Amino acid sequence: MANGVAITGMGIISSIGNTVEENLQSLLSESDGISTIENIATRHANNIKVGEIKLSNEELAKLLALDNFEKYSRTTLLGAIAAKQAIESANINDVNQYKTGFISSTSVGGMDLTEKYCNTFFDAPRNEQFINSHNASESTQQIASFIGLTDFVTTISTACSSAANAIMLGARLIKAKKLDRVIVGGTDGLSKFTLNGFKTLMILSDKKSQPFDKNRKGLNLGEGAAYLVLESEEVVAKENKKVLAFLSGYANANDAHHQTASSEEGEGAFLAMKKALKLADLETSVIDYINAHGTGTPNNDASESEALKRIFEEVPIFSSTKAYTGHTLAAAGGIEAVFSILALKEQKAFANLNFADEIEKTQLKPTTKTVEKEIKHVLSNSFGFGGNCSTLIFSKV
Amino acid sequence: MNSVYIHSGVSISAQNTFEEGIKEVEELKFTENSQVKAFKINYKEFLSPIASRRMATGVKMGVVAAKKVIQKAGEDTVDAIITGTGLGCVEDSEKFLNAVIDNDEQFLTPTSFIQSTHNTVAAQIALSIKNKGYNMTYVNGANSFEAALLDGMLLLNEENETVLVGGVDELGKRFINDYEKIYQQDVSFSEGANFFTLGARKKENSIAQLLNVEVFQEIDEDNLLKKIASFLEENSLKVSDIDAVILGINGDAYDSYYQKIQSELFTDTTQLKYKNLSGEFFTASAFGFYVATELLNKQELPTNCFFNSVKKEDYKTVLLYNQYLGKQHSLVLLTSC
Repeated sequence: MANGVAITGMGIISSIGNTVEENLQSLLSESDGISTIENIATRHANNIKVGEIKLSNEELAKLLALDNFEKYSRTTLLGAIAAKQAIESANINDVNQYKTGFISSTSVGGMDLTEKYCNTFFDAPRNEQFINSHNASESTQQIASFIGLTDFVTTISTACSSAANAIMLGARLIKAKKLDRVIVGGTDGLSKFTLNGFKTLMILSDKKSQPFDKNRKGLNLGEGAAYLVLESEEVVAKENKKVLAFLSGYANANDAHHQTASSEEGEGAFLAMKKALKLADLETSVIDYINAHGTGTPNNDASESEALKRIFEEVPIFSSTKAYTGHTLAAAGGIEAVFSILALKEQKAFANLNFADEIEKTQLKPTTKTVEKEIKHVLSNSFGFGGNCSTLIFSKV
Repeated sequence: MNSVYIHSGVSISAQNTFEEGIKEVEELKFTENSQVKAFKINYKEFLSPIASRRMATGVKMGVVAAKKVIQKAGEDTVDAIITGTGLGCVEDSEKFLNAVIDNDEQFLTPTSFIQSTHNTVAAQIALSIKNKGYNMTYVNGANSFEAALLDGMLLLNEENETVLVGGVDELGKRFINDYEKIYQQDVSFSEGANFFTLGARKKENSIAQLLNVEVFQEIDEDNLLKKIASFLEENSLKVSDIDAVILGINGDAYDSYYQKIQSELFTDTTQLKYKNLSGEFFTASAFGFYVATELLNKQELPTNCFFNSVKKEDYKTVLLYNQYLGKQHSLVLLTSC
């Protein structure tokens, strides 16, 4: 694949910033967004740390100049903020000028509203609208309306690999000439449902997560949203668009091992990376930085390390940025796509925070400092429940 | 994009379609609390009793439909597994949600959480047939199945040989009762799993050719005729080339969309409906897709599928159109092999 598909815009909101620039500054200054939960009343508040965005739904709605904030789930509000930024950063004035699609992804959609109203849907007429909040397409629909798209709109949900798959589908639709332009990514707000789900799996850390560390205790859940704008060669040429980076490779594979656990040898991850490199027509030796999935759980980091060792003769400089943002689930692939593009732009590999000792078996050491180096190709991994493994490769213009 | 071939189809629905295909049956009429569960089939042939007990309805239906449809196509495996689902694994989602709320975040077990993610069906299919290929799940309400179909077409245009595509939804126990209070139509709410294998090449046993799929989040009723006309034109077809139009008519207020094309576009075309047999659910249109393949192969359908009296000698090319509550529209074009 020569060059790949052009990325001309990006937008993000996470616990380390409400804009691309704020996220970059946090990455460069190595300041994380991990804290004690405030927006959700949970009995686990003192036993977990989260990557929470410290704005209420009302404040998020204000950023969008939306009144009646109660109509929207947190997932919708976060998504609308990131999608709006992405469109602005791509200098798009008329979103319907070309055949444009919107592909969003989410794990639990409007679960925050479902949790709040599911026992009182019929207590007040206004509550009835929240019956739809459980439907994962509801947040996509609301964001699509907000940005003014009505035709090609869809939603992907492959757990924590969702946004990577949304980005991949967008690129494939552009290559197949089904779309000229597409906004792709994911969004997830924190919810009690998710917090308690991960809690029962006993993979939440009570401290800040330590991806790839020997003594890692688990992950920090996070929330956020990020979207990219992908455009066809023709649109880029016609509009003389500035290209931020190219999506040069992508692949999706299944671990086919267990509903929630990754295989010891990281088979799904191995296959996804291998297929993505093949599609990009790149040798492993030209990958300059890996933004790993690196959740900080014992299982993921061990499995991903094995997969990295199987693919790379010498594993390049790598890090997980989840110690900054927490694991933002369906949004993670989008957020880390933005970070990968920033790595290309800034020519910097971002630090893996909170790392001290290598995992004994694999002896892989992520970079613990943000380092300046020549970066032409970045590989980004996203894995999820259900064995879903996806890899994206971003290349410098 | 090149058209692709449908090699096999399997339907688990409110009717005994799993064993018998589409037959003359009684319609599913909406009355309060009249949700109709999928026809009980013998899962033993496909699942161990332990696996069967552990699986929620949707997972069970999906895995069994997937296994049977691959078998029916004469394949051992597929290059990709793609599912579409409206509410996903709603049984387990409800179970975990209820537990979180009722027990105030205490005494929870992970099982229902693990199985609550929307991609559980595709994941369990991959696990059960040891498939490490492409694996994807679409969750865009009423056109989730069609998004999966489109992805399948893309994959077959990208050097893959065979893909599995299916639509699956289960009723669940909680939200469906809330839905029923605010959304009413002439047909019952129901559930089902309709799965198909698609291939890049025509085989001896191919059952139909899939020409194109298009999804739209919203269409103004005034724009509908234009959208359909341009879809047909893109595929070099005229209205008169369409032998039958298969519509997601369910008797709610949004049937006005169907009425518009019935009275203004497809007046000389056989007009068919199917939700009176399948009931309404977010992936009921996958049952409509199954009905289309049955029509193309057998050239006949139960009388209660026919909406008007126009009959054709030969059913060769059909158009499917579905929407739910005026949103998530889909157009699908099929032709016989």
